[in-house]
Amino acid sequence: MTDTKKDYQKILGSVQKPVKGEAGKTGTWSAKKPIIDLDKCIPVKSGKPSCYNCWLFCPEAVISRTIPPEIDLDYCKGCGICMEECPVKAITMEEVKIE
Amino acid sequence: MTQTLPINGNAQQKMMILTGNHAAAYAFKQARVGVVSAYPITPQSPVVEKIAEFIDNGEMNTKFVKVESEHSALAVCCAASATGSRVGTATASHGLMLMYEMLPWAAGNRLPIIINLATRSLGAPWSVWTDHSDFITIRDVGWIQLMCETNQEIYDTNIQAFKIAEDPRVFIPTIVGYDGYILSHTMMPVILENQEHIDNFLPPLKHHINLSDLSTIKGIDPVTTPHVRDRGQEGTAPGYFEYRYALQKALENSIDIIKEVHDEFAEKFGRSYGNGIYKAIQIDDADVTVYAMGSIASQARVAIKKMRKDGLKVGLVSLKTFRPYPADILKDLFKDKRLIVIFDRDIGYGYEGVLSYELKSALYGLKNSPYIKGFIVGLGGRDVKTEDIIQGVQKAIEQEKTGIISHTTEFIGLRLNELKNYDEEEFYKEA
Amino acid sequence: MDLPEEEFIYPGTRACAGCSMALIYRIALKALGSNTIITVPASCLTVLHGMQGFCTTKVSVLHTPFATTGASASGILASLEDKGLAEDINVVAFAGDGGTVDIGIQALSGAVERGTDFIFACYDNEAYMNTGVQRSGSTPPGVFTTTTPGGKTGYKKNMAKILEAHGIPYVATAISSYPLDLYEKFQTAKEIYGPKYIHILAPCPPGWGYDPKDSIEIGRLAVQTGFWPLYEVNEGKFILSKDSKRFLDASKRKPIEDYIKSQKRFKNVKTKDIVQYKDYIKALWAEIEQRIEKE
Repeated sequence: MTDTKKDYQKILGSVQKPVKGEAGKTGTWSAKKPIIDLDKCIPVKSGKPSCYNCWLFCPEAVISRTIPPEIDLDYCKGCGICMEECPVKAITMEEVKIE
Repeated sequence: MTQTLPINGNAQQKMMILTGNHAAAYAFKQARVGVVSAYPITPQSPVVEKIAEFIDNGEMNTKFVKVESEHSALAVCCAASATGSRVGTATASHGLMLMYEMLPWAAGNRLPIIINLATRSLGAPWSVWTDHSDFITIRDVGWIQLMCETNQEIYDTNIQAFKIAEDPRVFIPTIVGYDGYILSHTMMPVILENQEHIDNFLPPLKHHINLSDLSTIKGIDPVTTPHVRDRGQEGTAPGYFEYRYALQKALENSIDIIKEVHDEFAEKFGRSYGNGIYKAIQIDDADVTVYAMGSIASQARVAIKKMRKDGLKVGLVSLKTFRPYPADILKDLFKDKRLIVIFDRDIGYGYEGVLSYELKSALYGLKNSPYIKGFIVGLGGRDVKTEDIIQGVQKAIEQEKTGIISHTTEFIGLRLNELKNYDEEEFYKEA
Repeated sequence: MDLPEEEFIYPGTRACAGCSMALIYRIALKALGSNTIITVPASCLTVLHGMQGFCTTKVSVLHTPFATTGASASGILASLEDKGLAEDINVVAFAGDGGTVDIGIQALSGAVERGTDFIFACYDNEAYMNTGVQRSGSTPPGVFTTTTPGGKTGYKKNMAKILEAHGIPYVATAISSYPLDLYEKFQTAKEIYGPKYIHILAPCPPGWGYDPKDSIEIGRLAVQTGFWPLYEVNEGKFILSKDSKRFLDASKRKPIEDYIKSQKRFKNVKTKDIVQYKDYIKALWAEIEQRIEKE
């Protein structure tokens, strides 16, 4: 097409490209956030990659498989699954001030 | 029946005697359609039967998905088109009705899908015979709609349809309509062009989507809000209103591409159909112009000849491009005509025949509007004879003298007088 | 720990907090990998993918009307076959229970009957959750939904059995609460040629009436009470999954009352009605026992 496109010719079907935070900062959905007690956390205590139940069961994939596991509070919805699934009860849900 | 003849000195063409359905199948074969998905329905089934035969004997390298309903047929076509293949299907009547949900979907996604519609009346009651009700009833969903009068025209229009629909300025799905039984099952001579010439005319599809290319991740057709989305650096995205504006404008603009492709085809292959929008027969000196499409226009050609012999200056306009509706073109064509007689093989129930009231709306604003008289004919395959056309023209001439304008429908060809005291209430009672 | 680390869904989706479907989709995509095209009908999953312009997944997704999922997958595959790319790309349909057992059943049945080489995964939250918790063909009897406020009458369609009856090479049941089992089933399905069906129970916090933190535990209870057996039927061979094996022994099963009491949606189920569930579980496992004996 050698002619310049008209405005309507630049729009065809409704398409998307991938982005992080499509729904915005979903961390704002909950004032309660998971806090990991590093004294109890298995990979911290052993110094080796291990357990990671919190990473496994997180529906939002906001927990990293690191030592210690890190939780992206910008996107954590505060569901509390990680707290329930931690085999050593290392996670508690606490009110966190959101800036 | 095949005759490989040099036609017009061109050894490349082949003439066959084909039904309308088979003409469509040969067009699909030569257009190198990648995916066909269809479901049997009278009177279209031979289209896909022929395609299955072509695939079976290696003449066609097409994936034929034999779905379990027409709704799935068009859904398969939409998905296959979005994945990047050239696709087509065929249906009729209730098959098209079952596809209805997917029709605006295909248009909104701008998928260049071709449907061959062997027109057939809508139930209830059950009818397998032709009228144009299925063709006209989908006119608001955003498809290009082209009508044919001969089997050659079916073949030619299919080839053109792919080129029109796939044009980057268009990307709109297209229906090619032709009368059930009258064309679908009637054999006529059809010239089939040399494959290389078709390939030159119709290059491979360059789709704007193409999910099969995994190097670009795409979400197709998500929930689309009324608002424009602005995510700063990441970009902006149109709202629903903008997407539909784009479809409508592209559809309006496609008139130019329809004419372009028609003219290019005429130049390359030597066959034309009026100007691609309508065909005009003896209208220049016409006092009365008959306006119709498809099988009715074909019948009117015979009636015109007869009426001319009897001294009436009558002409015919056969509409080929039904959507996008060529309002400006028709206004320009009819502005100096005094009397237009319209024969609709359909009804926009609750109002008038669709050709009739759409033409009236196209002529809105003319200082000296032609007198327009419409008739309903041929529903459910009721034979439309030359005498019916002539009767309609004569009635219109009489009514123009009165100057009365009516918005209720008048039917020609009813046989109420043959009903011997039919009354549904009494029907089951013993004599 | 056996699962690959790579994520195929970006954080910050519109799924509810504690959504089992989000976890299922996350785990499934890890198994399927990036050479995958997904098709999704109207469902909660549609919403997870985001609104116009911007999506949440690292795989391409084709959204399609409610009834058409099986047909949509057939169409994607047909085009890939036409282009000679079908060997390299997984075609996977992901639908909710409504889009599978009710409005979607015809297209699904047609697609598998044609031998379409794809995976159809049903995430079953046992009602039309996206439109506000209306009953579906997959809602268990007695359950509260907005269209069955007194409790659903009728049956829960056993979709896995229906698909088995089509004679396809692979049918499996799974659940969000056992992600390793789920991952393995998608891995297995990926390698098989032909139609594959995986039916995954997906506990839903707002729809089932429980605190989001309990999503995993509630699903676990479904398996531990014997209500939701995990199994595969691979080329006609019945295989009870590892996590369900010990519940062959009825004494090992947790009481169904535990499952019923944990969710508000069972509020209309009276003690006298619970016998219905107990009979159901008994019959279910009697059949499983028979099938295992035959092998």
